[in-house]
Amino acid sequence: MAEFTLRLRRYDPESGEAAYWDEHTIDLEPHRSVLEGILQARARFDGSIGIRCSCRAAICGSCGVRINGQPALACHTHLDQAMKGARDGVIEIEPMGNMPVLKDLIVDMDAVHWKKVRRVTPWLINKEPIPEREYIVPHEAMVDVTQSMACIQCGACVSDCLSMEVDPLFIGPAALAKAYRFVGDPRDAQHSERLNDLAQDPHGIYDCTHCFKCIEACPKGVAPMSQIMRLRRISGRDHGIVDANNGERHEIAFTNLVRDHGLLWEAELLPRSYGGDSWLAKFGPAAGRELLSSLPVIGKALLRGKVTPMGALKAHKLPDEDLQQVKRIYATVEGRDEAERYELNLYISGYDEDMEGAEGPPPDAAAAGAQGGDGGMAGAESGQPGQSPERSPSR
Amino acid sequence: MKVAYWPGCVSRGFTPELHGSMAKVAPLLDIELVELDRASCCGAGVIAEHNQELADTLNARTFALAQQVEGAELMMNICSTCQGAQTECQERLDASADYRAHVNETLGEHGLHYEKGLSNKNFLWLLVEEMGLDELRSRVKQPLTDLRVGPFYGCYIVRPTDRLGIDDLKPRDTYLAQVIEALGGTVIEYAGAYKCCGFPIITMNKEVSLKQAGRHLGDAVDQGADCLVTPCPLCHLNLDLQQPLAEKAVNRTLNMPVLHLPQLVGLALGLEPKELGLQQHIVKPTSVIDWSTSVVAGV
Repeated sequence: MAEFTLRLRRYDPESGEAAYWDEHTIDLEPHRSVLEGILQARARFDGSIGIRCSCRAAICGSCGVRINGQPALACHTHLDQAMKGARDGVIEIEPMGNMPVLKDLIVDMDAVHWKKVRRVTPWLINKEPIPEREYIVPHEAMVDVTQSMACIQCGACVSDCLSMEVDPLFIGPAALAKAYRFVGDPRDAQHSERLNDLAQDPHGIYDCTHCFKCIEACPKGVAPMSQIMRLRRISGRDHGIVDANNGERHEIAFTNLVRDHGLLWEAELLPRSYGGDSWLAKFGPAAGRELLSSLPVIGKALLRGKVTPMGALKAHKLPDEDLQQVKRIYATVEGRDEAERYELNLYISGYDEDMEGAEGPPPDAAAAGAQGGDGGMAGAESGQPGQSPERSPSR
Repeated sequence: MKVAYWPGCVSRGFTPELHGSMAKVAPLLDIELVELDRASCCGAGVIAEHNQELADTLNARTFALAQQVEGAELMMNICSTCQGAQTECQERLDASADYRAHVNETLGEHGLHYEKGLSNKNFLWLLVEEMGLDELRSRVKQPLTDLRVGPFYGCYIVRPTDRLGIDDLKPRDTYLAQVIEALGGTVIEYAGAYKCCGFPIITMNKEVSLKQAGRHLGDAVDQGADCLVTPCPLCHLNLDLQQPLAEKAVNRTLNMPVLHLPQLVGLALGLEPKELGLQQHIVKPTSVIDWSTSVVAGV
């Protein structure tokens, strides 16, 4: 047995008092969970501690909290593991973020999480005619959505979402991952309608800032941000949806500028994101409005010599031979039809066996083995140093 | 140390002072930069969002070019977003021999081949892991005494931790603070250090994007930071270039200078602020920091 001190965030809206910190020292084996620690504190010291839990085996998704500032399932975090992140030797436990607190560690999932999940029509809209018995779909067609299906609705990703922190209306990672579960399902009849809805919503798929917080937070490897990127890809590429939020235009302008110049040309990217993928975009009304609102910034940038008029008007470009290579790569890869596409998802495919080894090759040995003595760089970073063996690859 | 150097696009576009300051700092640290001037844009996650295999192939081409640089110990970048976007592609390429062969087939047309296991490190990682903080400390000529610096990591260089190789042995999410200390500065803790600057949605939801930047800058102001330092030029665009608009979005005066990592290192190594391009920033570092007493002569 070992002693651990837990610092719990307490709050009871009915008391009229402000939230406060409460410390209890509990006694448990280090491999027991933080949840067990909280339950012991409740049993021994204070029966009024509020925590929601059920299965205690990381499958019901009830006990999402923040441990030392990071979202996690309390039942899925060992005490010794939590101690590593404890700043002053005390394990700090708070309710999840981005949702109102009902009491102590219990947040109002209905007010935020479930409301957003309902927003994406989280059920199958059948293709007609409905078969007499079950739908038959090929195994390969469903395998990609299993990552979204692994979601246990714990809200850890919602808790940490940085877009939602500033824009509470953002549909958010959990609900959008759920949306992909149906957009990726061949039995669903309304892919295009779903995507159009989520692309046109100013708080939809293009409101994600790509911060990776949800990928890091998810205890089940769902990688909600990756699902949002899939939604964007399918929306623009396969359904040709041009949204009112400049999302698709930005993506196309970016991709095509790199095709045409090899490097990004920021001064040209901005007007095209607003006005469409053409050199003339900058003279259109949408780009004009944006230009006007950015004038103070543009003026200062020119004044300070940060941006020169020539630098803005002229693209930096790769040497011709290299640009031709880049264009050939575009032609080859963009030219593949749907059946030829190779879109690797490591959550589904896993890693090659040599990377899965419990210990992995020591980086130095791998480097020595792979280098041909020419001072090359092969091998130095193999072995995925951060890949913890008990965690499934999440992307 | 010889490195295959990938500066990225923005460091040669809207933040030229980043590429410029890196070129000034490198010789003082005995880093020989062999610029990958044939490599293409990393895609910043946007090309991958459009077509994953396209982004993977373009970056595999960059990696292959880096592996051709004779005598280079590794590939070095100065942009967190390049680091994150390239590491994501590299993770897929390194994870599957089948996929790697598929991508190499496209590269083969041009006589290029990517060999699994490239080491690609941001300047920040290189400082700590390759050079070492003791070595860095020994080269400091003008310690940043009394300078209160808030680290701004951004997203791409700290998440996801397993992909980026961040663990107990390599606590890469603490390196910025370690470097600030090694340069003699004081680390300021504030809420925004690991948050998103908002840049990726500046064209999609400008108000939210600017509010994100404004909020983090405001948190740093409240904690008494003199300036922020970031390894990401895209964060720099939202935090510095857009700061006048971010001030309006959060309705407060911020006036928070934001330095690129090589600039901060350069100041401590004794370079003049002007050589490091500090006068090109939108928020002039002089407005807050009295460089004449705390670091070096005024900008």
